[in-house]
Amino acid sequence: MSAEPGTAESSSALASLAGLDRLELAPQPGRDFLRGGSVKVLNGVWPKVLAVVIVLAVWQLVYLSGYKSASIFPGPATVIPNLWHELNHALLWSAIGTTLRRAVIGFAMAVVIGVVVGALVSRIKPLRAAVGSMITGLQTMPSIAWFPFAIIFFGDTTAAILFVIVLGAAPSIANGLIAGVDYTPPLLLRAGRTMGLHGISLYRHLILPASLPTFVAGLKQGWAFAWRSLMAGELLVIIAGQASIGVLLSNDQDQADMSSAISVMIVILVLGIVVDALFGQADLAIRKRRGLAGIPGV
Amino acid sequence: MSVTQRGVVSPEATGAAQSPAGARSSASVRGAGSPAIELTDVVKIYGKGRTSVLALDRVSLTVAEGEFVCLIGASGCGKSTMLSLVAGLDAATSGEVGTGGRRVTLMFQEPALFPWLTASRNIELALRAKGVAKQERRARTAELLETVHLTGFGDKRPHELSGGMRQRVAMARALAQDADVLLMDEPFGALDAMTRDLLHEELDRLCAERALTVLFVTHNVREAARLGDRVVVLSSRPGRVIEEVKVEVAHPRRIDSPEIAEVGAHLTDLLRKEMAAHVR
Repeated sequence: MSAEPGTAESSSALASLAGLDRLELAPQPGRDFLRGGSVKVLNGVWPKVLAVVIVLAVWQLVYLSGYKSASIFPGPATVIPNLWHELNHALLWSAIGTTLRRAVIGFAMAVVIGVVVGALVSRIKPLRAAVGSMITGLQTMPSIAWFPFAIIFFGDTTAAILFVIVLGAAPSIANGLIAGVDYTPPLLLRAGRTMGLHGISLYRHLILPASLPTFVAGLKQGWAFAWRSLMAGELLVIIAGQASIGVLLSNDQDQADMSSAISVMIVILVLGIVVDALFGQADLAIRKRRGLAGIPGV
Repeated sequence: MSVTQRGVVSPEATGAAQSPAGARSSASVRGAGSPAIELTDVVKIYGKGRTSVLALDRVSLTVAEGEFVCLIGASGCGKSTMLSLVAGLDAATSGEVGTGGRRVTLMFQEPALFPWLTASRNIELALRAKGVAKQERRARTAELLETVHLTGFGDKRPHELSGGMRQRVAMARALAQDADVLLMDEPFGALDAMTRDLLHEELDRLCAERALTVLFVTHNVREAARLGDRVVVLSSRPGRVIEEVKVEVAHPRRIDSPEIAEVGAHLTDLLRKEMAAHVR
């Protein structure tokens, strides 16, 4: 935070300016709280551990209450070893692989389509009038409602699942981009135009960076929709010979194997949390750069 | 009231709004004798039909090269509108706006820095938009940071700087555009008095060094007296030039000197008279 030495001597006004700069940039309290890798990780980890412990405790209590028989509602002491057992088998991992591959492909397609549609709609006024509200309509439509259509159209194929993922996620992504472009502060637009930015350079240097936080929020929401659509799809569209998380869950249902079903659900939950954390990190990094995340805990 | 105002717009004032972009193409026209900014019978109407607002009513103003002119007036007098017209961000409804092909840049009350870029990058972007080569950009950015006394702060992002420092980065960015004419829209309005006084001195120095022509909007009469060679008083709704006051106080000036206070008091009287006219 030190002002450059030497510049302060040229005149009294400059000395005063440099002095003011120093005063105004006094270290802000609480900043160090965010620094330091291991401390930061610890700060983030213990509440999560506590939450897991609370969930396990409640689960165990319900189990102990004897409300349902142990085969219908097993306790953590049965499920966790079962989960561990399945984690040591290739079947679960190949199922996770299939599911994640679909998720990534479907989400990537949704991003491409969402960005193209969003860019066109935000740029072309008649298109916005025509399609704008339809995008929001699509977003609110439960994607599971698309499956009969998808299965009749594509049959029991991966394409049916991907189709529904794209329909679930792309509207959110497009809307995120449109909102981001719309909410570019007018003052910055004026500043940009004064500077001589226009056309493509205006987009590249101003509108796209300005809309990045909203776009990332749209991506995050899009991912949530994609993940839900995928799970629904894998339960509805059973493709022979391809183990996926949905297929495992469906098999567990058929065999009334609650312990395995809960194990798979835990896997789904963890995968969701991990991906959400990745988006959270990206979001935090962006906000920090822009001075929107300076206060710890907020 | 708005009915009579609309009646004021004379039908003969049909001289097509001159496009500033078109005027800019002849940069060599710039001569010592020609005024840097020239507004002739400028009318600006916002909106259409019954809800239209007459913002500027046949405003004529000439600013000589190297002159520092302050615009004051109550809110709604169209001060900011005038700057937008001169900057070419908006077109006049009728009348002529000309800058004789000079490069014009605009500074706002807020620094309007891009929050995702560091101070250096903000300045560099203005150079880039002008097509300056990468190597040269770096050197020029460092130079400009030094000009506003922010050497060593180039890597900070806007949110890590104080209000006064941000406004100085904005000033460096404006200077990066190599403009001959600097339009300032209450640029120090949001700053504390101490910082503002120091930035007045900075601005004096930069204007002298770079022979800038400045059109400076403020609602602070003392600031206008402190900075301007001339102060133009505008009426409000619609904006009209009601008085021009030459400030004959020698430089360096101090905002708290009796001479400046006297000019300020005179300007306040003019503004009060104008407001009283509105009450009637």
